[in-house]
Amino acid sequence: MVHWSAEEKQLITSVWSKVNVEECGAEALARLLIVYPWTQRFFSSFGNLSSPTAILGNPKVRAHGRKVLTSFGEAVKNLDNIKATYSKLSELHCEKLHVDPENFRLLGDILIIVLAAHFASDFTPACQFAWQKLVSVVAHALARRYH
Amino acid sequence: LTQAEKAAVVTIWTKAANQADAIGAESLERLFSSYPQTKTYFPHFDLSQGSAQLRGHGSKVMNAVGEAVKNIDDIRGTLAKLSELHAYILRVDPVNFKLLSHCILCSIAARYPTDFTPEVHAAWDKFLSSVSFVLTEKYR
Repeated sequence: MVHWSAEEKQLITSVWSKVNVEECGAEALARLLIVYPWTQRFFSSFGNLSSPTAILGNPKVRAHGRKVLTSFGEAVKNLDNIKATYSKLSELHCEKLHVDPENFRLLGDILIIVLAAHFASDFTPACQFAWQKLVSVVAHALARRYH
Repeated sequence: LTQAEKAAVVTIWTKAANQADAIGAESLERLFSSYPQTKTYFPHFDLSQGSAQLRGHGSKVMNAVGEAVKNIDDIRGTLAKLSELHAYILRVDPVNFKLLSHCILCSIAARYPTDFTPEVHAAWDKFLSSVSFVLTEKYR
């Protein structure tokens, strides 16, 4: 089980309470597809991903980004039980989606950058530390059931 | 780097250049906070927030970044001496360049959110990857 200090929990939940999940999720996924174009390999059914503008405006990208970040919220709500929270999703990503777990780390770092852009100086180094820990724990939990 | 990417890198640098020292110090602070293992390369430093050594070193790092921006068509030539320094003397494990690059991106994003569009983000990620590659290519 991951140990979270009271300060870390506070930094995570207070940032999360101010996050617009739909906007932030859409932006994070769009940036992943733009900055690391090879990640588009998982989204051939999403239609037009031919340019940053296309990706940013793509409704499937937005919807999926929202879905992904909403699921991330489950980790925030269950900080003391992240492994169990993502057990089924981990199996899904391995057996059905065939996603290399490296992609979870890439998306986690992109999310951090989106938060930095959004919260600016409020996203202090201490804040970043707590969130880097969270994205790392989530990535690990999602990779845990791989076989 | 495409012409558009080079332009994106230069545009941000033009704004960031006069805050380079602060950005450097902040990036290092983020690095040492988020990735404490990176502190092992600085046992001789006072790494407390705002320390003179942190600011000095942040300056050094961003000066090098600035030189790479100014000579973006010849990063390898521009950073040749630094590349040798890292390969033969400092021998910082290559994984750490990714970590520092990420923290530099966070600092830039926090200071210039409207300018830091996805395309600019991609260009800077690519640029810092090139810089990191040059700094580690003589390792073996």
